[in-house]
Amino acid sequence: MRQSWWKILGLVMVAASIVVGFLGPVPALFLLHETIRNVYFHVPMWSAMFALYLISVIYSIRYLSRSRVNDDLMAVEAVNTGIVFCIIGLLTGMQWANITWGDFWPNDPKTNGSAIATLMYLAYLVLRNALEEEQKRAKISAIYNIFAFPIMIVLMYIMPKMTDSLHPGSGGNGTFGDLDMDNQMRPVFYTATIGWILIGVWICTLRYRVRLLENKRNLID
Amino acid sequence: MIIMKKIITILLFCITSHYTFAQNQIEMATGLRSSGKIYVVVLVLLTIFVVLGVFLFMLDKRIKKLEK
Repeated sequence: MRQSWWKILGLVMVAASIVVGFLGPVPALFLLHETIRNVYFHVPMWSAMFALYLISVIYSIRYLSRSRVNDDLMAVEAVNTGIVFCIIGLLTGMQWANITWGDFWPNDPKTNGSAIATLMYLAYLVLRNALEEEQKRAKISAIYNIFAFPIMIVLMYIMPKMTDSLHPGSGGNGTFGDLDMDNQMRPVFYTATIGWILIGVWICTLRYRVRLLENKRNLID
Repeated sequence: MIIMKKIITILLFCITSHYTFAQNQIEMATGLRSSGKIYVVVLVLLTIFVVLGVFLFMLDKRIKKLEK
């Protein structure tokens, strides 16, 4: 993962999505108007967050099976980076909701669910800081993380689909695939999503490497 | 018959004109696009993004140096 081709690929993909996202054709939809272009920027934040939380839970499972410190460090840094993307997603979502749904925080199941999920992951970080002993901390937080991940999926992706939500794809609301009949937006959206996931993973690995250096220095001291 | 035809055409006209009216109501930023000023926004965003990318690469290099 130390090579740079995938980092450049991520940058190029997001740059392409910025250019085509602003200049490319989009369907003219009621209420949404030009803000439909936010799909290229707001939604990939959540995809990047999801990818990072997934990486975190994989490393937590690996820690429990092999108990190597590095796996635990990767799990933390993935959550640290994921929370940043989550906060950006919440902020951009609030701005978009204010202009289209008329409120910064319409009590939407998906919005509320993602807020609760964010608190759950913040609790993960608090839990880590509360535990002094290194091995105990790694083990307990790994188990917490494994429980938090499926709850996050239920809160953010399953529950909103079962009730009425302002977000597309839930209740009587069509998915964006239905609204965007001729699928002009799909390739741009996927490019942006993959690009942002790559950039998120890149930032995560940078943090992980710094963490490893800190850890090494602490061991020497 | 002629009156019927007239009524039908008027009705059809009403329906279609209403339809086109509804279509036009959705305001898109065609003005900004036709004046070409949207390119400035794209350029600004691209600049911000490229500089951030370069910054990330420099950070990557610094960490690589520290690792050695």
